Amino acid sequence: MILVVADHAEGKLSRSTFELTSAAHQLKREGPVTILVLGNRVADVANAAAALGDQVLVADNPALSEYDPEVWAAAVAQIAGEGEAHTILIAGSRSGREYSPRVAVKLDAPLVEDAISLRDAGGAIQAEHYTHLARVTERVEAEGPVVVVTVKPGSFPAAQPNASPAEQYDVELMLPQRRLIVTGKIREKTDRVSLNEAEIVVSGGRGVGSPEGFRQLVEGLADQLGAAVGATRAVVDAGWRPYSEQVGQTGKTVQPKVYIALGISGAVQHLSGMGKSKLIVAINRDADAPIFREADYAVVGDVKEIVPALIRELRNTGA
Amino acid sequence: MRILTVIRQVLNAEESVRVKDGAIDLSGSKLVVDTMDEYGVEQALRMREAAPGIEVVALAVGPLRCEEALRSALAMGADRAILVEADGPLDAIAISGVVAQVARAENAELIFCGGQQADWDSHALGAATAERLGWPQSTWTNALSLEGTQLTGKHDVDNGSESFSVPLPAVVTTQQGLNDPRYPTLPNIMKARRKEIRRESLEAFAVKPRLKFLDAEVQVRPRLRTTIDGSNAPAAAAQLADLLRNRARVIP
Repeated sequence: MILVVADHAEGKLSRSTFELTSAAHQLKREGPVTILVLGNRVADVANAAAALGDQVLVADNPALSEYDPEVWAAAVAQIAGEGEAHTILIAGSRSGREYSPRVAVKLDAPLVEDAISLRDAGGAIQAEHYTHLARVTERVEAEGPVVVVTVKPGSFPAAQPNASPAEQYDVELMLPQRRLIVTGKIREKTDRVSLNEAEIVVSGGRGVGSPEGFRQLVEGLADQLGAAVGATRAVVDAGWRPYSEQVGQTGKTVQPKVYIALGISGAVQHLSGMGKSKLIVAINRDADAPIFREADYAVVGDVKEIVPALIRELRNTGA
Repeated sequence: MRILTVIRQVLNAEESVRVKDGAIDLSGSKLVVDTMDEYGVEQALRMREAAPGIEVVALAVGPLRCEEALRSALAMGADRAILVEADGPLDAIAISGVVAQVARAENAELIFCGGQQADWDSHALGAATAERLGWPQSTWTNALSLEGTQLTGKHDVDNGSESFSVPLPAVVTTQQGLNDPRYPTLPNIMKARRKEIRRESLEAFAVKPRLKFLDAEVQVRPRLRTTIDGSNAPAAAAQLADLLRNRARVIP
């Protein structure tokens, strides 16, 4: 079977789970596409998963109320072993990329990280993924009775729901003790759409001038467009914005329909986090800024004048 | 106590990537220590400064040229270095087999790895090594301190961050914000020349590559590169809004 580990939060399947399921279906490997739901009080999530997979395995267990890499790896490896899974698909989220290597080692399997395409090549899996700060697309092949794959969010279409819901089966797990003890949590909070799921992202760099400039220009335009807010490392390092908004090598990777870069020069580390966006708009005073080489629409001018004018224009004309 | 800090030699991010015959071509390119790995060296040195009796060992798995990267770690202040010579590309799961064996042989109790490799963009080495050793891990760590045999710190998770404590032995993967890596001083660069780099061969570790690298292609996404003169802000704004709405059709 193909095992898909459901990614979910706050009682809802995340978009990644839909993408993983369609990746699993299009691989056309032997056996049912089996969605594994790990968590505590996850009946709603399991019902949602039953609309996607061929069958659903549910481990509803108080010990799974909070994610832990060792606990998750043990659970996935156990289910994969019992079900004789040959392919394990895991979301390329921070947590997925953290526990998947442990699953691969437990199962003595190769690991493909952050796949953007997958195909079955006579028993082996061939995958494409980005390397070198997302500047290179590399093709790799993983062979073995079991292969573990993490899938880059946004790389596959969302699976369509089944005509009738799949069967659900409860599973029992032997779970290890947690050793990493969480002593405090800070939730990223935003009233806006999240960076990973946004169709439009408005990002700001040093060129917006100040924290106040960021609020007026970047947040102002984002609110007008219903967009998510992103920031460069320089702006985060300066303390203007939280790390959760950082886009780039050491922050988030996004590939929205539209990426609007305000006062961003375009360091290669930043480009690696947004260079796959479908349409890139850049507004910058410096005509030689590297961001313009990556831009579809390049506005050479002062963000402090152009962005307020753009907000007014959009407001007056309906967007 | 002994700390093992993994060093990778990668293409300087400012250099352009070249592909020749379907593989990355590094000839003539400037290679540097992966920035992510410098955070690990720096953190290990700070721990040594705070608690005497700690030895910091830098480890690289790669071709002979990685000696240069290890020399940089020694110049920062690492006590000694180990190079496991490996010529072909090795995936993180395979490399973790080497790192785990070295950690055992050296009786290391703490291992630092970069959170994401700047060349293969992999996150896997730290977690895979931890699994092989049966140790816990903290990934994407941006604050860390050692008290006795307990690590406490902060790290990023899905949708936020956590503070944590974890007992040694453990693997910690690093990221931006953990510290500001020091620059080697001239006397330390001189001293580093005399420090030991022990060379070992990959065969001794009996690991095999788990991924086959088929080919690579430099990604170029064609862009429209339509330039708009912004000297008249309202006109530029109107033109951009029109393009977004009527040409690209991405806003209503």
